[in-house]
Parts: sequence; C-alpha cells; structure tokens
Amino acid sequence: MALQLDARDEALLAGDEGPAAAFAMRLLRQFAEAVEATHFIDAEAAHIDGCLYLGAASLDFVEHLAALGGKVRVPTTLNVGSMDLIHPELFQGSAESADNGARLMRAHEALGCLPTFTCAPYQTMFRPRLGQQIAWAESNAIVFANSVIGARTNRYGDFIDLCCAITGRVPCYGLHITENRRARVHLAIENLPPEWQDPQLACIAAGYLAGKSCGDRVPVITGLPQAASEDDLKALGAVAASAGAVALFHAVGLTPEAPTLEAACQGAAPDEHIALTADDLRRAIAQLSLVPDSSPLSAVSLGTPHFSLAEFEKLMPLLAGRQLAIDCFINTGRETLAVLTARGWEEVLRAAGITLVTDTCTYVTAILRELNGTVMTNSGKWAYYAPGNIGVSVAFGSLEDCIASAAAGKVVRL
Amino acid sequence: MTSITLNGATLAPGTATGSPFLLSEPLSFWGGFDSTAGTIIDRRHPQLGSYLTGRIMLMSAGRGSCSGSSVLAEAIRRGSAPAGIILLARDAIVTVGALVAAELYQRHCPVVLAGAADWSQLGKADRVTIDARSETAELRLG
Repeated sequence: MALQLDARDEALLAGDEGPAAAFAMRLLRQFAEAVEATHFIDAEAAHIDGCLYLGAASLDFVEHLAALGGKVRVPTTLNVGSMDLIHPELFQGSAESADNGARLMRAHEALGCLPTFTCAPYQTMFRPRLGQQIAWAESNAIVFANSVIGARTNRYGDFIDLCCAITGRVPCYGLHITENRRARVHLAIENLPPEWQDPQLACIAAGYLAGKSCGDRVPVITGLPQAASEDDLKALGAVAASAGAVALFHAVGLTPEAPTLEAACQGAAPDEHIALTADDLRRAIAQLSLVPDSSPLSAVSLGTPHFSLAEFEKLMPLLAGRQLAIDCFINTGRETLAVLTARGWEEVLRAAGITLVTDTCTYVTAILRELNGTVMTNSGKWAYYAPGNIGVSVAFGSLEDCIASAAAGKVVRL
Repeated sequence: MTSITLNGATLAPGTATGSPFLLSEPLSFWGGFDSTAGTIIDRRHPQLGSYLTGRIMLMSAGRGSCSGSSVLAEAIRRGSAPAGIILLARDAIVTVGALVAAELYQRHCPVVLAGAADWSQLGKADRVTIDARSETAELRLG
C-alpha cells in the first residue's frame, strides 16, 4: 500500500509550519517511502543521536534547519556529543575537533533540543511511558525504551530523528505496530552458572548471545535471574544492540510485554528455539575479553550506557578504604552528576581516583589519557566497540572485578 | 551495438554515468567507507581497498549503523562518493544520505531500486547511465 498523507502532513509539506518543518517533512516522506510505511502518526518525544561530529555534513544539516527557523515540536533529548562540555579539560584531541564538537552540540540546543547529552535518556525525567509512540535514536536507548519500558520506536538515526522532532510526526511501520513486536526467537536459559551470585553477568551473556543469534529479529528470553535490575536489563539491551541489531527483546517475568512466554509470542509459535546452558553463558562472557587474567591494565572504564544513580549506589561501598592504582573513568549524565554533587559523593569519588565524564563517552571520543594497553570495563557494549573505535585492547568483568582490578592495576577476578 | 534500457524505481533523484562496481557483499558506510579517500575500509569486506568514487555502485542490500547516512552525505559533499547507487532492496540509510546531500549541497547521487532479473546484466555493463529524474528511473547500459 502506498504512503497516505493526511491534512497535517500536507500542511507541513506546504510550509504552513515554516520552511524548516517543510524541509524535514520532505525528507521524512521520502524516508517513509523507502521503508514502505503506510502513513504517519504523532511522535510524542524524540531522542537525537546527531551530536557526534562525523564531518561537515553533520553540522551543515543542523545549521541549515536553524537558519530556516527550525524548532523541535515535541520534548527532544540529546544523545552524547564529542565533547564533555562540563569538563572540557578532559578532551585529548585537537582544538579544531573540540570546536567542531562543541559547535554541533550547541547547534542542536538552538533548535530547542534539551541539553541532556546522555545515552540513557530513559533514566532522566524524560523517561517515556508504556505504549508511547516515540522517535528515538541510539541503539541502547531504542532497545531499552522498547523492551524495558514498552514504549514504541524503530531504530531511527542520522537526520531522520531530527526530522521527526521538527515535524512531530513519525512513519508508522515496524515496532510502532503491535503485531511486529511479537517474539520470533525463543532463547531458553536452561541453567545459570551457580558461581554467579549477581544477575549482571547472566544478563550480559544473554544479551550478547541474543545479538549474535537474532540479528534484527525479536527474541524472548526465559530463565534469566528474576532479581535482575533495570540496570542489568539496560546492559543486556546495550550488548544485544552491539553484537546484533536487536531493537526489542522480551524477558519473561521482567519486561512489560512478557508476563508469560505466550504473551511475548502473541500466541504464535516462535520461528526458532535456542537452548542456552551455563557453559554457553560462561563462554559468552569469556569472549568479551581479548586478554588473559592478570594482564596489566592502563585504565578502567565504567558507565556505557551512562552510569545511573542506582549503579553509583552499588559502587560506593566497593570503594570504601580503597585507593585506585590506575585511571578509572565513569561516564554519566548531567542529572546524575548533580545528585552526586548534592550528596557529597562527587568528592568521595574523585578522592578515590575516579574521573567522572559527562556529556560524552570514553569509547567515542578522545578522553582516555593512554591508548596503548588494555582497558577493563563492565560494559559489553564498550568491550565490543572500543577496540575498533579507539584502538585499545579490552578486558571484561563484573563491576566488583573492575574495581578490584583498578586497585591492583591488573585484571583480577574475585 | 544496440543499447539496452532497463527500468527501476527512484529512491533519491538525479542523473549519473559511470562504470559499474558490483559489491560482493553489502557495505556499511559508517566504519566501512572512507569519505576522504573514497575507498572501502571495512577490514572484513572482501573488496577492502576498492575505490568507489565516480563509480555506479551496485549493492544488493544496505547494511549497518544509521550513522552511514552522515558518512554518505559527507562523501557526496566532498565529491568522493559513488556517482550513483543501484540497490536490489530498499534501504533507508543510503537513501537518506543521498537525499540530505541533495537538499544541502544540490549535489545528486541518484539511488535507484532495480529488478533482480536485471542484476547480472547491470554488473557486466561497461557503463551505466542513471536517469532518475522521475518516479521511474531509466538505466541505460553500454
């Protein structure tokens, strides 16, 4: 069926809402035709992943919309940029890249986007609600919004996310539609490694295997620890969207569209059934490390996606009485930083040797002071991308292992 | 030799002429294409190092990160992009990159959806001319 435009869409195209909205709607219409959407619906919120500087075209697009008088029409949050605007002294790159990066972030603000600069907008006051139709970019944010909250978005990206924000419209196809949200692959965890007391490793292993085996198909996972927290599911989704193109997963008993296996599958049989044993999960975790245990480390990086307040609450007791021997970076959002400061924790963290990074992330820009060597992380996503992006080697471990390793200066397993 | 004309669907409008370059596997522009040099830089791609600037790129399907749109738009701006792109499956990332470059820089890299039956003929042609100024695109071989 060809794309149907309603009176609102036609008015936007005709320039009734200004030339920027007409420009954005023109692009959206062509995009909608390319993805074979049937019509447009209202977007209730947008999250924009356009703040990383990838060349002049990134900046030209945003400044062109601004020159046409563009303003976003729905609450619009911003993903990380290339710069930490709160701690600019952390940037190790050239003055030119710093200028371009900061200018791109400011240009988005000029369009009325909110300067959240976080990849975890779902853990800010702008968290969407169950069933809300949104136009989100950033793979981990997309998978969290769809899976953990039950909001509805496709994998939007470059340019199109901003066009949705400027017009307030989003093409209706894919995961905006109920029947496309049913699980196609059943990942059944048969037994968990008994030595894993905390749910974090099981969630990351399941996410990694979901990404590897599902591509962009929707998985439903059974057998996850029922004590898994929101941050464990956030880590699951982030690695699933890195190892594959997962935009939505269901976890029975843990996510809102999966009270039961049958509900997650909408009564249909899944196309594929994959059984996972404790050994499969252990092997998945081992694959995330490129170096053996006891290898020397140059740094530890936590907070990909951005560390939440709950994660800091888990971290604080681990730091008691410890002095870290190597650089330890934690990426987090501005809103969380403000709470840390108010609680007096920022000072405690700095005294322990931790560098707090806001507005950006250590694997997408020049923040790490030492790139020759191995960096340890508790993030499956960071472990997946950092070697290619910034050229470091990587070790993966639990939060507890990461802190013990930061104190020892080498990979330690507790 | 009589020239052959095939039809396709216009995804991003424009006109272009060049020698065809058939990708043996889909390519992600982000992380896979150097918009400064015009070459394939994906280390896992069998045609690593190939120069695509000015060619008519034949790619069966799109692949990879949404950031590919920015990289393609940047390549079109710099003049390092393929002259035109012919696909076998609709792809939003490639289409959006070409549309944005056309809007911002008035530089056109036409993107056309071709029929599977015409694919091998397109790949073997010495030259391909794309005329994608209307909804139905013409692809002239020879």
